[in-house]
Amino acid sequence: MSKKKESKTPLLDDLEDGPWPSFITDLKNLAKKKPAVGQLLGQLEQSYEERWDHWLGTVINTPGYGGGIIARYSDIGNKFPDIAQFHTIRVIEPAGWVYSTDALRQLCDISEKYSAGILQFHGMTGDILMLGSNNEKTLEAAEELMEKGWDIGGSGNGLRTLSCCIGPAYCEMACFDTIKTTKFLTDTFISQLHRPEFPYKFKFKLSGCPNDCANSIQRSDMPIIGTWRDEIQVNQEEVKKFIDEKGEEYVVDNVITRCPTKCITLKNKKIEIDDKNCVKCMHCINVMHKALAPGKDRGVTILLGGKRTLKIGDTMSSVIVPFMKLETDEDYEKLIDLVRRIWEFWTEHGMDHERVGEFIDRVGLGTFLDGIGLEPDPQMVRHPRTNPYIKFEELAPPKIDGEPKVAPNVVDKEIEGREIVVDMQK
Amino acid sequence: MGSFELNGRTYQTDEDGYLVNIEEWSKEVGEYLAKQEELEMTEAHWEVINFLREYYEEYKIAPMIKILVKAIAKKFGSEKGNTKYLYDLYPEGPAKQACKIAGLPKPTGCV
Ligand code: SF4
Ligand code: SF4
Repeated sequence: MSKKKESKTPLLDDLEDGPWPSFITDLKNLAKKKPAVGQLLGQLEQSYEERWDHWLGTVINTPGYGGGIIARYSDIGNKFPDIAQFHTIRVIEPAGWVYSTDALRQLCDISEKYSAGILQFHGMTGDILMLGSNNEKTLEAAEELMEKGWDIGGSGNGLRTLSCCIGPAYCEMACFDTIKTTKFLTDTFISQLHRPEFPYKFKFKLSGCPNDCANSIQRSDMPIIGTWRDEIQVNQEEVKKFIDEKGEEYVVDNVITRCPTKCITLKNKKIEIDDKNCVKCMHCINVMHKALAPGKDRGVTILLGGKRTLKIGDTMSSVIVPFMKLETDEDYEKLIDLVRRIWEFWTEHGMDHERVGEFIDRVGLGTFLDGIGLEPDPQMVRHPRTNPYIKFEELAPPKIDGEPKVAPNVVDKEIEGREIVVDMQK
Repeated sequence: MGSFELNGRTYQTDEDGYLVNIEEWSKEVGEYLAKQEELEMTEAHWEVINFLREYYEEYKIAPMIKILVKAIAKKFGSEKGNTKYLYDLYPEGPAKQACKIAGLPKPTGCV
């Protein structure tokens, strides 16, 4: 523990200990220039003391926008007047999180001019957060951001900013163009980014391959992940070189036996893969990235339902479209159509603050697929049934005379025109 | 906390100008609050306000945006059933401005 004399923030000072960088140290430095940051630290110290959070939420919008500003005010603003209003602006980040130094300077300048000079790269959603401006300054900052070509959005119960891995711009594993697709979806759904219109938030994340560097499975409602459906490309020449360099034992211990489905065999310094049983975990390709590469017939797998805890605990997304190509304009149209159908059905029947994954949990995947007009597929099964006692309605013994047959589905769909009827009786 | 006076009556508001007691609302109060927001109220504006008030009477919460959008679509045709239309009427958002003019409680922002 540091033994500074009569520190006003003893609890915060604790967080400066240890060899790692400390946000407290950074903020203390910043406080020399920005008095608001000093008060921010003061309020945080008080919060730690009292174990009580002193921020309250409100709504501030720039004209035409319902999202992009997270408005917070302090409930002890009389004690800390400079942070009485301390709002955050959500700036839409470029696909792949790549910036020119010019762009970064622009953001820094705007942040210094209107806000507390604190930028977060990037929030959980993947966007840029500009922290600490008051009512007027927030709107001025938003205006200047837009003048310079930035845009804001992605807060509240609506579409959040999309994020993706660097993909083909820098990575040899990429199976589709994550950056192009992210840009395309952002442009297509910009209205939903500006103006929230769903029961709750909805996030897309895109990863170029199953390594999933964008954390899409855990952190988004609709992950789009690159994959392939033919064979892993094997360069036997490179395999031989790899073995010569590292030794056969190394390959057996680190590649062959670590394949989760044991579908790789090694014979005479040659690798053979039983691709039918490959689950595309990427392990072998990651280790022997010169010798192995994803197949040539590439596309994406689309999943649905990932989220952090709220109504139910954390969930991971599960497969909704096992494979689709994402190359031509028609492919992109198909993707948009699917997204629209999902939103339509979820917005229509979802409850307030219910993520799409929770919604599927509640109504059942069968009902959901009916509602969005997708055929069920064995690959959508999350895991095999663990309870062997299943009752099939058709096979159940006849009901006692007069007892009505209860339909298990809560939602019925007319095939033509996709009319949806909900049976509210449980 | 704040307050304003209208036709000899005093109305309590919170620090953002939202009416504290929803019972006190009247069309004149709505008009006054709209003026504070610098909004020119038209028939279309009032339709939104009326719907919000009816909904609040019944359910004691403000409606989800999708319910508002649908109600508007039903009244004015589907080409107006979108958020863009609502933001054209209420540039700072139906949740914020329309709720304020309708005398509904202040919506709290959500991350
Ligand atoms: S997810 Fe795959 S393509 Fe994207 S950066 Fe990671 S390894 Fe590369
Ligand atoms: S990608 Fe994974 S499952 Fe497929 S062959 Fe390689 S290690 Fe095995």
